[in-house]
Amino acid sequence: MNQPLALTAAQKAGPAVTTLVLGALLALLVALPLLHLLPPDSALHVSAYTLTLVGKILCYAIVALALDLVWGYAGLLSLGHGLFFALGGYAMGMYLMRQSAGDGLPAFMSFLAWTELPWYWYGTSSFLWCLALVVLVPGLLALVFGFFAFRSRIKGVYFSIMTQALTFAGMLLFFRNETGFGGNNGFTGFSRILGFSITAPGTRAVLFLATVALLAGSLYLGWRLAQSKFGRVLTAVRDAENRLMFCGYDPRGYKLFVWTLSAVLCGLAGALYVPQVGIINPSEMAPTQSIEAAVWVALGGRGTLVGPLLGAGIVNGMKSWFTVAFPEYWLFFLGALFIVVTLFLPKGVFGLLKKGQP
Amino acid sequence: MKASAIPELMLEPILDAGSGRDAVGLGSRAGKQLDVRHGTLLTLEDINVSFDGFKALRELTLYIGVGELRCVIGPNGAGKTTLMDVITGKTRPDSGTAWFGETFDLTHMSEVEIAQAGIGRKFQKPTVFEALSVFENLELALKTDKSVWASLRARLSGEQRDRIDEVLATIRLDGSRQRPAGLLSHGQKQFLEIGMLLVQDPQLLLLDEPVAGMTDAETEFTAELFKSLAGKHSLMVVEHDMGFVGSIADHVTVLHQGHVLAEGSLEQVQADERVIEVYLGR
Repeated sequence: MNQPLALTAAQKAGPAVTTLVLGALLALLVALPLLHLLPPDSALHVSAYTLTLVGKILCYAIVALALDLVWGYAGLLSLGHGLFFALGGYAMGMYLMRQSAGDGLPAFMSFLAWTELPWYWYGTSSFLWCLALVVLVPGLLALVFGFFAFRSRIKGVYFSIMTQALTFAGMLLFFRNETGFGGNNGFTGFSRILGFSITAPGTRAVLFLATVALLAGSLYLGWRLAQSKFGRVLTAVRDAENRLMFCGYDPRGYKLFVWTLSAVLCGLAGALYVPQVGIINPSEMAPTQSIEAAVWVALGGRGTLVGPLLGAGIVNGMKSWFTVAFPEYWLFFLGALFIVVTLFLPKGVFGLLKKGQP
Repeated sequence: MKASAIPELMLEPILDAGSGRDAVGLGSRAGKQLDVRHGTLLTLEDINVSFDGFKALRELTLYIGVGELRCVIGPNGAGKTTLMDVITGKTRPDSGTAWFGETFDLTHMSEVEIAQAGIGRKFQKPTVFEALSVFENLELALKTDKSVWASLRARLSGEQRDRIDEVLATIRLDGSRQRPAGLLSHGQKQFLEIGMLLVQDPQLLLLDEPVAGMTDAETEFTAELFKSLAGKHSLMVVEHDMGFVGSIADHVTVLHQGHVLAEGSLEQVQADERVIEVYLGR
């Protein structure tokens, strides 16, 4: 019943209104980095703090969208999407660490008295190879995990628990210094990307624009998928998988495709997150991070494409204010928010907006 | 030398009344890969299924011919649903053979492969895709390439639309085509599920209690529908409603404790002493 609400809403409000609102938002997001390029004493100047904060939230919005594809449409609640996000981030971080280190070893390796790079670090001084890793590592992990999980017909809460365990295992692995990814400190202290200073306004602006482009691209991709027969098959997987099998569909392929696509989107979001925020460490793989992503989606509205973006924006916007104003109460507030949404807004904020329409 | 060189030595097919092309083995109405040369669509022989020592099916043997409408009746726990599970690949028999046509060994096929080969199943509890509209439900069930890649680029052709419209008319849901299937009444859901079977165009339809929860008028209409399908398709109907069975069946199989107790016309099985004892309750 909460099938493409975005579509129905668009049909009701008329495509013109939807296009207008989305267009205005897009124009605003494109304007932000350009305003950042203005001299700091200008009245319209956007600070690096604001730009980074919005850029970070946009990365999270991509994760929310990716999670919505698997949870809202195919009914697979993943509590481990933080792992794919972090893996993409680490792949990008490897390149950034090599850039900072120049010809030498990354600082944390010298600290461990290592004399040469571990084998999996070879080639990471190449930007293109790291981009490939950003896609391949989360993608292949999701493919292998999904293949076995879906083949064994694991679903529902068991699937959620396994994804949670997977990200927890990843976190423990990356916490170890011996793993070769900087242990609990992770990667930080980046200086250059593709030869440009990473803190220069121009670099920040380009990274921000790339994030906006990825978000817009993901939204368009999600919209096309939701409109296609593929999207309807996913909804059918969610609602009556047995019926679908007796119609002659093999649900495994459908789940595997959307699951892997979702992981790759998360990896790309992570790769854009790291140079903007300037740090990646194993806490990104903490189970709570992945659960928070599920809260964004639930709050915004499952099975709608715009809803999760709203959810990620609202929760993270509140978080950045709350953690400054009342830092010790944030987690209680987040928990309360989730309970309220589950009890009173089964279709999320987006469902509320839609109800408000005449 | 041509095969037809000595015509007097060749057997002429006898095409008198009552023997169609299928009966004399001159080809079948079935799909390309399905081979039903001998006129038998479904062959089950000596099927045994047990769950934790409980024998759900014992040495069950059953044949269903091309175009036949078969009713399966029996008291609760007789193994009717298990029988359907075996045919659709949901349950693997412990022993025995199950063939669909001459070429498909059902005991070695997955549920999806069996569905694609041409066996459609309607569940006891009507199961439709509730979030999707009636039209979309039929679109998904439509006989077509059902791989991931095909679905990503699928567009309905005019022909396919016509087919869906035709079935919508048959199941009398024209007016509800854009309604979410979850909002349909119980009887309408039953019809939608039957419609989903029809667009799937299977050779064999398995129907588990299709008229449960239907009004008398709906039941009567369903009986007409099934009779019109028989001939083009084979149907196996599990039903408790003896009135309904009487109105459609030319052939009835009685199951009892996982075994075929009697087979024949409804009058024959109703007159059978053993059937009266175990089922008709006298």
